[in-house]
Amino acid sequence: MTFAAGIDVGSTYSKAIVLSDDNCIAGKAMRNTGFKLDEASQQVYRDALSDAGLSNDDVSYVVGTGFGRHRISIRDIHVTDLTASARGAAFLFPETRTILDVGGQTMKASRLDERIKVKSFRLNDKCAAGTGAFLEKTARYMGYSTTEIGPLVATSRENVPVSGVCAVFAESEVINHLSQGAAPSDIMYGAITSLVGRSVQLMKRVRMEPEFTLIGGILRFDTMADVVRESLKTEVNVPEGELVQFVSALGAAILGHQRLRKLSVDSSTARAATTSAAA
Amino acid sequence: MAYAAGVDVGSTQTKAVIINEDAGIVGRALIDTGANVVLAAEQAYVEALKDGGMREEEVEYVIGTGYGRYKVTFGNTQVTEISCHGRGAVHMFPDTRTVVDMGGQDTKAISVSPSGEIQDFCMNDKCAAGTGRFLGAASDALDIPLPELGSTALKAEKAVRISTTCTVFAESEVLSWLGKGKKIEDILWGVHQSIASRSIGLMRRVGIDDQITFTGGVAKNIGMIKALEDNLGMKLNVGEESHYMGAIGAALFALDHILASRAPASTAGAVA
Repeated sequence: MTFAAGIDVGSTYSKAIVLSDDNCIAGKAMRNTGFKLDEASQQVYRDALSDAGLSNDDVSYVVGTGFGRHRISIRDIHVTDLTASARGAAFLFPETRTILDVGGQTMKASRLDERIKVKSFRLNDKCAAGTGAFLEKTARYMGYSTTEIGPLVATSRENVPVSGVCAVFAESEVINHLSQGAAPSDIMYGAITSLVGRSVQLMKRVRMEPEFTLIGGILRFDTMADVVRESLKTEVNVPEGELVQFVSALGAAILGHQRLRKLSVDSSTARAATTSAAA
Repeated sequence: MAYAAGVDVGSTQTKAVIINEDAGIVGRALIDTGANVVLAAEQAYVEALKDGGMREEEVEYVIGTGYGRYKVTFGNTQVTEISCHGRGAVHMFPDTRTVVDMGGQDTKAISVSPSGEIQDFCMNDKCAAGTGRFLGAASDALDIPLPELGSTALKAEKAVRISTTCTVFAESEVLSWLGKGKKIEDILWGVHQSIASRSIGLMRRVGIDDQITFTGGVAKNIGMIKALEDNLGMKLNVGEESHYMGAIGAALFALDHILASRAPASTAGAVA
């Protein structure tokens, strides 16, 4: 059995997946990226190997992706996160035509054709108000950590509108709402609604088409997908559990196997050619 | 002697100025705005009265300005801070044609006529980048008090280019530069450069004309003055009144009102 690995060094978290040639996830791992990108990539890869009970020698091909892909020294090749996420999303949901990827410091929308080629994409990595950092900041202004966002927003009863123009200026808005007696859960819901508003705008700009597949760290908050569903008035695909954060790493590993197959075909063709030449 | 007052309730600080009939500043005060805006306005006003050694009854007209101008409950009327900064800047530096006002949460570029009328303005209050808040974020990230930012930045040898636009992302960029061993002063100088270039962009949109007067709280930052002057290739008008410019403008408008309301009476007196 051969294995390929995908390592996705994201702005906030690094993810690694070890995938067998029959497309089973043998092991996976996630850790904070921090500032040392190469180190993070090596550590998360080692964690994934130990999760799979494998060693580096068992892995035939390593594909890097994510914003830190150029810094992954152990990679054989790297691909853009758009290519990787397209591959991963189409593997999980073959009819995917639009992908929304909301991460800690970026938001990406891309449209695919039926051959999983990216036809159009838009991204925001310039303004925190359109990324997961907006939710993180909103939570922090109210004294909650990122891990508490999910449980907090689950208790929300109404939507307290948060303008979502600037993650820094949101602070005074949040404080205003709190001082007027609004519940933190409802303010959090408002922040998610405003982030979804930005997501829909980004998807409109790639001329979105169903099916929709939502991925990235922020989609681990169920409310995010619920509000997208409500806003688009259509069903959306969301990978189950923590897999939602691993879609690009998965896509990278799938591309690794594809590359391995191509290399073995090439070398057997070459061998065949050599043999026939010798004959 | 009658007095006029201007109270400028800004997003971060509240300024109050009292002037006499000759438009001379006789009292002033500056306090943090905090959560209770009404109280901040009152307090700044009371302190300015104390500073000038006058009683409240001696002030004939009070004008509120700034984002919290409608919270100046004791004010007679309100004027926008754009008009007030233009008016104050032309009064202090008569050849002012462009005003750049950098406050805690917004930056404005204003073009004024020789008589101090507003011709055009442009503002950034939607995004913290390019406002005083960006400096606040750098101050937090590098653990250097706000008043020392400018002087620290001026010790730089070479600016570190800050590539991110957003204040939130810049905070982590600043930390990553620190992790890469860059000097604090070089990073800070880069932060000043980044804000300067954003505000110059804003100024270009209203037209940069000789002379430029720098107002608002950030005008106290010598690093920002230098960064703006370097990038513009010209000197700026900055004085110790710069921080109070909105309140000064408001007080001048208040004085206009006092003098105008007296005009008919004095004419009548002259006829008699």
